Amino acid sequence: MTAAGGKGNLLRLSAIEALGLIGRQELTASALTGAYLAQINQHDNDVSAYLRLTATEAQLEAAAFEAAAGEGAPPLAGLPTAIKDVLVTEGVITTCASRMLENYNPIYTATSVLKLRQAGIVMLGKTNMDEFAMGSSTENSAFGPTRNPWDLGRVPGGSSGGSAAAVAAGEAIWALGSDTGGSIRQPAALCGVVGLKPTYGSVSRYGLVAFASSFDQVGPITKTVRDAALMLKYLVGKDANDSTSVEHPDEIALPEDRDLAGVRIGIVRELVGKGIDAEVMSVFNQAIKKMEAAGALVSEAGLPHVEYALPAYYILAPAEASANLARFDGVRYGLRAGGAHADVTEMYEETRSQGFGDEVKRRIMLGTYALSSGYYEAYYGQAQKVRTLVVQDFAAAFADADLLVLPTAPTTAFKLGEKTGDPLTMYKSDICTIPVNLAGLPAISIPAGLAGGLPVGLQLIGPAFSENLLLQAAHSAESVIGFDKVSPLVKQAD
Amino acid sequence: MEFEPVIGLEIHVELSTESKMFCGCRAEFGGEPNTRCCPVCMAHPGALPVANKKAIEYLARISLALNCNIPGRSIFHRKNYFYPDLPKGYQISQYDQPFAVNGQLGIIFDDEHISVGIERVHMEEDTAKNIHAGKSGRIAGALYSLIDFNRSGTPLVEIVTRPEIHSPQAARIFLNKLKNLLKYLDVSDCNMEEGSLRCDANVSVRPAGSGTLGVKTELKNMNSFKHLEKGLAKEIERQVAVLEFGGQVVQQTVHFDFASGEVTPMRSKEFAHDYRYFPEPDLVPLAASSSFVQKITADMPELPDERAKRYMADFNLPAYNAEVLTSSRELSDYFEATLAYFNDSRIVSNWLMGELLGYLNASGTELAGCLVTPAGLGGLLKMISSGEVSNAVGKEIFMEMCKTGGAAENIVAARGLTQISDAAELAAIAERVIAANPAQAEQFRAGKDKVLGFFVGQIMKETGGRANPQVTSRVLRDKLAG
Repeated sequence: MTAAGGKGNLLRLSAIEALGLIGRQELTASALTGAYLAQINQHDNDVSAYLRLTATEAQLEAAAFEAAAGEGAPPLAGLPTAIKDVLVTEGVITTCASRMLENYNPIYTATSVLKLRQAGIVMLGKTNMDEFAMGSSTENSAFGPTRNPWDLGRVPGGSSGGSAAAVAAGEAIWALGSDTGGSIRQPAALCGVVGLKPTYGSVSRYGLVAFASSFDQVGPITKTVRDAALMLKYLVGKDANDSTSVEHPDEIALPEDRDLAGVRIGIVRELVGKGIDAEVMSVFNQAIKKMEAAGALVSEAGLPHVEYALPAYYILAPAEASANLARFDGVRYGLRAGGAHADVTEMYEETRSQGFGDEVKRRIMLGTYALSSGYYEAYYGQAQKVRTLVVQDFAAAFADADLLVLPTAPTTAFKLGEKTGDPLTMYKSDICTIPVNLAGLPAISIPAGLAGGLPVGLQLIGPAFSENLLLQAAHSAESVIGFDKVSPLVKQAD
Repeated sequence: MEFEPVIGLEIHVELSTESKMFCGCRAEFGGEPNTRCCPVCMAHPGALPVANKKAIEYLARISLALNCNIPGRSIFHRKNYFYPDLPKGYQISQYDQPFAVNGQLGIIFDDEHISVGIERVHMEEDTAKNIHAGKSGRIAGALYSLIDFNRSGTPLVEIVTRPEIHSPQAARIFLNKLKNLLKYLDVSDCNMEEGSLRCDANVSVRPAGSGTLGVKTELKNMNSFKHLEKGLAKEIERQVAVLEFGGQVVQQTVHFDFASGEVTPMRSKEFAHDYRYFPEPDLVPLAASSSFVQKITADMPELPDERAKRYMADFNLPAYNAEVLTSSRELSDYFEATLAYFNDSRIVSNWLMGELLGYLNASGTELAGCLVTPAGLGGLLKMISSGEVSNAVGKEIFMEMCKTGGAAENIVAARGLTQISDAAELAAIAERVIAANPAQAEQFRAGKDKVLGFFVGQIMKETGGRANPQVTSRVLRDKLAG
């Protein structure tokens, strides 16, 4: 245990470092899991990253890996992992942070979770989120907000706020999140960790409770880019249970230590400046300079229709959501409003009134309206056309740039309650991430530095299935930026 | 004023695939309630649909048999509405880009060939089954409702005709022809009682000769051919009465109650929907490549019209016989199976159309439930052709076979029905019969040849029909001449 040191050191380990120590038998899976469970015990009352812990099972699994350590151990054996509560886990209550599913016990496990479990991860528990992944601050959770480990008075971002906060707080070595309009990248940025949204279709959505099916992707939230690559390697692949999944054309490789020589990086002109905090821009620009110094060829890039991406997204995603959430009707599982009902319609109305929070209701209403007879062409039809234009914009931009770059979010972590009264301002938190989901592209957020003591994220965007290029560039950028990723809560553990 | 009915049909066909449309659960009718379901067809959170390849092949077969055009690309849509039998809150269906369009199916009605246009053929999924406890059996006023998800997600093909049918009888003939075609295609059980074949109708009436369409109603709940015809007749009668009294037909859904035989408009709440169709993001578009269509075409089973032509060409059967024999796949298969035991198509055809169909009609039996197998019938026809039994006795034996399912040989042996072909034995009988009818014998000798028939009849009577007609005639001529 000497090399690994005390708890504080264990919490600083990346997944790859931990695997190395376990492989050399300098660290046991039990000790690693124990350190993370201890940190959870100590801090999660304040952070509220988790909705449900599976501590006992985690300890048993870690002990089992320890007994069978050495040759033949699965590749990710013993890594303590947090799972966003939007992914169903057989026998472990899965709520999507909604009253609607408060007691829902799934009868199957999401493919992405199953693949990681088969590779040996230890599940610590299910993390908090905005209800049904709708939100950018994790304040829309029916079970209370998660707090940012860098400043407990601030939000961790969302919707995968619990997963991002868990990784930042040393409450998980890495985590699974989901990203529909920025829900992995934006909380990763606000919590000072790495978040990767893979190319649409590369990771199975089977068992991911659907928000907007044509946007949703599962992906890693990690301490380092190399960890994100490692997890992605075990996530990708065609799933017979998801018709929209495909075999990734490349074997996912771990990035190597090298500079950015010759990598053409385009800064999206339309999205920098306007609407982005000056201090965020300043950190972003410094990071770009460091990348340039490491050999990156930085230029401007244009996405002429990108200003319409946000409004188009807020038509299309709610439209899909309005249908995806129709199954929560009180008939087969989940909440059913109590008392006698005059008829089945009244039962539906009361169940859905009680079960859904305001933001979910707002989006169901938006989506239902957009699809209604007489409005379909003007809203849904028009938004689909915008989506096509955004796809074409990206394709054109990638003719001159290998990757595009943007701040991940327009602000650093904001105060709890600061934007809850104003949905439109909240929606703008995702202005830099949403266009990527419209086009189904891979994108990664890495920490770029601190502004006012709070993390700022830098987002790299690549063409479809360019994960290897994207991860390599992100790893190189991560090295030259040299961000001190250790959050105050982890420093306290020393 | 004379009114002309205008009818378009919407037919739902449950496919007989092994598994359901979007999951691996068994699709077969029946089973203990809620034993054939999974996260997908129960719409558990996170579950996703995956299209059944076999179902798409069946869909292509149907589309080609209905002479449709299959565009290279079609997509699934979500049809949104809330109902307890619809677990996802939407049905996966097809909307403005269906699998196949612009087909036709011809029928013969009133000795006229009528071509009925097929507007579209598309793929969708069936709902679960609600059982409403209460008097009406409908959800309104039910004490409680039970849901069986075994049917949820069964592959369903919808066939929509153009409004080109002009009488309830023609509608029935069309549906029967379609059912027969589907049976040949081997894609569905087509059992209306079990719901694997369902038919709704769009009905309007207009002054005879008018070129414009009247206001239509949608007639539902006709679960047999008889009910289809009866329901349509009732609804047409109702619409004509409304118009004759100066009223206007209201566009609505009308429910046919087969117990009372009445049609009643459904409460508007029960059918007023804005389905908010939009493309299903969980499924990729269906790309019907030309090689796929070619493969389905090449693997097409023989269809009734082709089969009838083959019967005329290969077996030299008259057109009428060929049409009757191919009018149902069961009968046609029975015909061909019998030929394997007795290879005279003319005789088999006559027996099926005369004796077999006669018996089935008279007794109200389905061919599937008939006790005489093709082998059994073949055995009987062999005995007749070899002269072991006479044709007349053969018919009696056939009736007995229908009732008991026994083999012809056993019935003949048990009842001593073997044909008498022994000339000496018949000569003795002939002598007796001639002696008993001297006047007729005299007429024959005077040159009235027809009287021979009288004597054959007498001998048949004496022998219980067992006398060999050829030997009997020869013996009689001998004796009468003598």
